[in-house]
Amino acid sequence: MLPQDGFLVAAPILPGQREAVQDLLASMNRRPGESDPWNALVPFGKFRKLHFARFVILDDQTLNDLAAYGKTFPNAPLYLAFLGDCDGPARTLLKELAEQAAPGLRRIFAHCEGFSENADLMAWMRTHSVRAAASYVNFSGRTVRQIREEAALHAILAAALKTTPAEETPQQCLSRLRQIVADSGPLVSPPAPAPVLFRLRRLVAGMLAGSAILIAATLLLLTPLILLIPIFLYWLRRLEMSDPVIAPLAQDAHIGALASLEDLDLVNQFSAFGSVKPGAFRGVTLVCILFALNFANRVIYARGRLARIGTIHFARWVLLDGGRRLFFASNYDRSLATYADDFVNKVAFGINLVFSNGIGFPRTRFLLLDGAKNERNYQHYLRRHQIVTQVWYNAYPGLTAFEINRNARIRAGLFDASMTTEQIRKFLALI
Amino acid sequence: MTQPVTELNDIQGILRSGYGSLPDAVYLLLRVSDRTKAKAWLAAIASEPGESGPAGRVTTAADLSAMQPAALQIALSASGLPALGLAQDIAAQFPRDFRVGLGSAQAEQEGACRRVGDVGANAPAHWAWGTGATVPDALLMLYANSGGLDAVTARVKTEIAGAFDIILELQTSCTLDAAGDRLENFGFKDGISQPELDWHGSRVPAEDDGLAYGNRVAAGEFLLGYANEYGLYADRPLLAPDRDRLGLLAPAEDNPAMRDLARNGSYLVFRQLEQDVGLFWRFLAAQDAASGGTALADLLVGRRLAGGAPLAMPAPQPIAGAGTDERDIRRNGFTFAADPDGLACPLGAHIRRANPRTPDLPGGRQGLISQGLRMLGLRHGGPREDLVSAARFHRILRRGRAYGTFLSREKAMQDEGSEQKRGLHFIALNADITRQFAFVQNAWLMNPTFDGLSQESDPLLGNRLDFPQGKPTSNYTLPLATGPARRLCGLPQFVTMRGGAYFFLPGLRALRFLAQS
Repeated sequence: MLPQDGFLVAAPILPGQREAVQDLLASMNRRPGESDPWNALVPFGKFRKLHFARFVILDDQTLNDLAAYGKTFPNAPLYLAFLGDCDGPARTLLKELAEQAAPGLRRIFAHCEGFSENADLMAWMRTHSVRAAASYVNFSGRTVRQIREEAALHAILAAALKTTPAEETPQQCLSRLRQIVADSGPLVSPPAPAPVLFRLRRLVAGMLAGSAILIAATLLLLTPLILLIPIFLYWLRRLEMSDPVIAPLAQDAHIGALASLEDLDLVNQFSAFGSVKPGAFRGVTLVCILFALNFANRVIYARGRLARIGTIHFARWVLLDGGRRLFFASNYDRSLATYADDFVNKVAFGINLVFSNGIGFPRTRFLLLDGAKNERNYQHYLRRHQIVTQVWYNAYPGLTAFEINRNARIRAGLFDASMTTEQIRKFLALI
Repeated sequence: MTQPVTELNDIQGILRSGYGSLPDAVYLLLRVSDRTKAKAWLAAIASEPGESGPAGRVTTAADLSAMQPAALQIALSASGLPALGLAQDIAAQFPRDFRVGLGSAQAEQEGACRRVGDVGANAPAHWAWGTGATVPDALLMLYANSGGLDAVTARVKTEIAGAFDIILELQTSCTLDAAGDRLENFGFKDGISQPELDWHGSRVPAEDDGLAYGNRVAAGEFLLGYANEYGLYADRPLLAPDRDRLGLLAPAEDNPAMRDLARNGSYLVFRQLEQDVGLFWRFLAAQDAASGGTALADLLVGRRLAGGAPLAMPAPQPIAGAGTDERDIRRNGFTFAADPDGLACPLGAHIRRANPRTPDLPGGRQGLISQGLRMLGLRHGGPREDLVSAARFHRILRRGRAYGTFLSREKAMQDEGSEQKRGLHFIALNADITRQFAFVQNAWLMNPTFDGLSQESDPLLGNRLDFPQGKPTSNYTLPLATGPARRLCGLPQFVTMRGGAYFFLPGLRALRFLAQS
């Protein structure tokens, strides 16, 4: 199994260069909201291990909300972020990018601070790489290649079912399908082996994270440190009751700019950016929660669902500016209305845990309750913090996470010799 | 307990009833031609009962306690409000989806049209009205007893002459079946499933009593100014008292220092949907020769053509708000929970897409531990579970009427009567257009991947355009217990959008305010 990884390169845009970089990025699109996979600057389609990628200018819409805490962030950097999700180590993919898309990347990054004509592109990208505080992958280890092959397999099987003779039994039907697939030659490749070192590092990191969480929990619950819990809760409640909710309607023009890019496909991108509430309490709480979330995503939610939500392909939580600001990016199925509906009605507690540490979030109770359940404030909060994604690439447009998972189950069933009659019926109904 | 809805004399009757006892109706699409005269007429039709004025007064929910020989209802579009002189800063407080509208250039540019399926043959460019210069300022709905409509219409036309121009007059038709139920043009009983507005305030909506599916829905889902299913109040224009010097408006329930312009109002979605009845029956008969298409039609709709009974099994427990008499329970006392694979009612059937009858948490209440595990996603009933959102946040009241002469299946099969136009003037009432009407349209009816399906859309309403490119949406899956599903391919477009708009259906106080301001 080859686990996925993600890269994010972020660098401040040079003063006065924003328009220029925006125009340059726009030239990579077929139409606003849909990149050309073979565009001249970064031909994403060439990189067969790349699932999703985007260029986004982290244009903080809510920087002035800091004023509610009597704070400012003078000269806050205006970042250009380039991020992607890939099979195998991100470093390998970045290297491929640096080798095969150097002229285009150089043209883009020339608008960023600290990039000079003779800079070493790979070294520069590595210096400006930011690790995600937490990430989510719909299904651990499912590669772009597997997704595409299984989609093709499904198409062949679905076409074969169109001409099912009336008297055919499920067993006969299955045999016929297997024969068609056998005759078509090898349609699906065997699972890719993971590079040993990469897998080992992931394993060690996972074990260390697990141990850290276990040790922290043990210390908290079984030693006098348990006294910290009431103190934490007291402090939390004090902040929760005094933190201002800042959720006015987003600007009309901003909503229009976002909406015009959405729903060109069944899959959409989402980017959001905002400030973390000032003070060590919120900062440390957020870091701990993201650490635990990242662990849960690896261990529990790595097989098609994030809690009750099965429509997210990849998601990323990234702390920038030394933890002062949080960038969130995701790739999800269906429209923003359904996405927000899931957040409010299915996983408000999870949204609250993370984002209630951000400025302006609807008021929570004990970190978990209320918050996003205030649908009206939450919808405003969401649109106000969402930012325009300039370039977005999807390696398998038109395929939802549900369809990808279904195709994988179909492939598994096709090569499963031990199915009972009932299982065969259910298998055929999947196609 | 929630506050009951008591201000029936401030609420237009259409929120309470579709005026089923008044078989004849006409819809007038109006443009304001003289603001002063228009406001004078509004003042007259919104006058308090007992005040002198024309006989034609806006019918209120209170009036419905007695038999009415005729009824008049009025709604205003986003262009109609400023045309009547509503201050720009107040009009701007109406929600964005209403202001952008259904068929405007902005709606197309921002993707609002593609989200509700109004692309291709459904695109505003092909509409008879509701786009560019043909967006009406106001919609008048006139209802009357059999034979009485002409007189009512003539009188109203005389009254509004010089105040409004009539852009278009939309006729309706009424075809009843043997049981006295209204039929839409494909021959199905129409409007037999409606949410029940919680007039008596019997629910505390914000609390999770919605773990099971219910048909009684918080007043605030349809009436502005009341708490909705989240226990919240929708965004709407609230005025400082000095903007309402005559004190015509009521204070806002959630903000008593402000006056509520939208209280007792609603948003009205109007869509003129043309139905190709001949194409529908010829296509179905070709696919299903044994029954002449009727058995297949049942499977597309999810109800029986004859009688309207649902294909899904009745619910074991009574459903709150699903009606009290035997007939209501038979028609509406069901969910799809017992039919997860769509063997009784196909997953993509029209009534399943339009209202999937889903609870907040699949499985409902089963003890705290189970509930917790399911909330965290650690236990679930299979890959398809939880694909469809909870229904109670996405309900609409339907008040539409058919138009055109009814064409029987037999005649339709012989290609008779195809030169006449017929369809449905679809009317929906809701308090949040994006979360209710547009959500149902986008996430359920038009969604090619609804409930785990692929490459299909609503069997009646789908526009059949590839989405995204290269992926058809014109299939229809008929799950079979015996083996692979039967898949119909290449469903033609049976229904085409011909015009429409979003309107604000004001309360009577708001109408008086608009007439005075």
